[in-house]
Amino acid sequence: MIALLLRDLRLAVRAGGGFGLGLAFFLIVVTLVPFGVGPEGQILGRIAPGILWLGALLACLLSLDRIFALDFEDGSLDLLATAPVPLEGVVTIKALAHWITTGLPLVVAAPVFGLLMHLESTAYFWMILALALGTPALSVLGTFGAALTVGLKRGGLLLSLLVLPLYVPTLIFGAELVRRGAQNMDTNVPLLMLAGITAAVIAVVPFASAAAIRVNLR
Amino acid sequence: MMPELGKYALTVVLSYIGTLGPLAVLTIWTLWRGAKVKAALAAQEERMKKNG
Amino acid sequence: MSIWEYANPVKFMKTSSWALPWVSVATVISLAVGLIWGFFFTTEAMNFGSTVKVLFVHVPSAMMAINIWVMMLVTSLIWLIRRHHVSALAAKAAAPIGAVMTIIALVTGAVWGQPMWGTWWEWDPRLTSFLILFLFYLGYMALWGAIENPDTAADLTGVLCLVGSVFALLSRYAVKFWNQGLHQDSTILKVGEKDPLDPSYYIPLVICIVGFVLLFVTLLLLRTRTEIRLRRLKALEQRERMA
Repeated sequence: MIALLLRDLRLAVRAGGGFGLGLAFFLIVVTLVPFGVGPEGQILGRIAPGILWLGALLACLLSLDRIFALDFEDGSLDLLATAPVPLEGVVTIKALAHWITTGLPLVVAAPVFGLLMHLESTAYFWMILALALGTPALSVLGTFGAALTVGLKRGGLLLSLLVLPLYVPTLIFGAELVRRGAQNMDTNVPLLMLAGITAAVIAVVPFASAAAIRVNLR
Repeated sequence: MMPELGKYALTVVLSYIGTLGPLAVLTIWTLWRGAKVKAALAAQEERMKKNG
Repeated sequence: MSIWEYANPVKFMKTSSWALPWVSVATVISLAVGLIWGFFFTTEAMNFGSTVKVLFVHVPSAMMAINIWVMMLVTSLIWLIRRHHVSALAAKAAAPIGAVMTIIALVTGAVWGQPMWGTWWEWDPRLTSFLILFLFYLGYMALWGAIENPDTAADLTGVLCLVGSVFALLSRYAVKFWNQGLHQDSTILKVGEKDPLDPSYYIPLVICIVGFVLLFVTLLLLRTRTEIRLRRLKALEQRERMA
């Protein structure tokens, strides 16, 4: 399984996208937003948590269709499905690789982007915490959408339609956590809910993704 | 014939139109598609019977 | 004699063709009675004026929007567990009806909200969760449309329906939490909630609800029959091409 993880990471880096693409996309979103809403720091600071979260969602979505598509085309997905490692494990590893290449860089770079967005100084800790807790769920849910659409020629748009509604709870609690943290309000409920959703998603959704892949390989 | 709806007349009428309109469209679409598929199936079965 | 007999398409076609005229007549009668009663013969309510008449289309459509998703969940489960084709096709046939019901609930709600809340759209928990439900319907239908192989499509949409149900529920509670966080005293729909409804509204409302349920059954039977015929047509065409 570690070999699989390393293989996926290596593929992602060699394909050129990898770490850079998600971050670059994130940067573009953060750059474009002030053009849309105006450069006033106060407004930007107010909407910063939401913008950063939306940027994370979209950056995550960008690379989702590649999770299984390449392996499906060259047949290695069939091999993985018949390998002694359970398919659920393969899915989880793939989600982990996806998170390391898109989610983790965002978490690390979030303070820089927060700076650009005039994020309140009290919010930085919560922003990083929320992204660190929330983005794994985005990657795992992404594998579900990718698994459903893996056999389709042009699944990209459909993939976003399927996956984005599933992101609603994570987005709500994630943004709420940052907002409350920034205003020194009680953060327990959104924090626990966010972590709980991520934990439940990691525990359950790989089974659904694996089931969808089996159907698509049939 | 029209009941007295007072100042909210537009609201009430719009909401009824907004309900009956989509329902009518859905019903007509359902019936139309049903008839089309039924005819296509009948034609196909006829053709297959003729060809043996 | 068990309910599983209707999993046989032939048996289903036979029974549904017998039932359809009855159900459709009952639909027309109950909808006509309920809506005409609601529109023409109800008096103005104290706080709502004549907008209380919106109740008779808004509440049934909102109920159906949720119930149809639940029905799709059940039929998807039956398909995934017992592999009855009619069940999967019924779920497919129900989705557009559910989506239309959601639109109606949103539209009538917006039209009603305009004079009562002073806005067409408020990010109220209820409204927001309905919008999300509508997105789930759209995704479900899009997935059905995108996949060629009917069995694969049925399986994948079934799994999507299961996962979607969990997340629709989760979103419902998340959204509730989110808006409480935004502003404490949001406008709450009082109609049809806890305060007892006057019988002069209650009776036509019940008739309207019955009418909407019957309408759903009628449309569902019609659409499922169409789907079964379509499946047979595809199979015949395939056989012809093979020969």
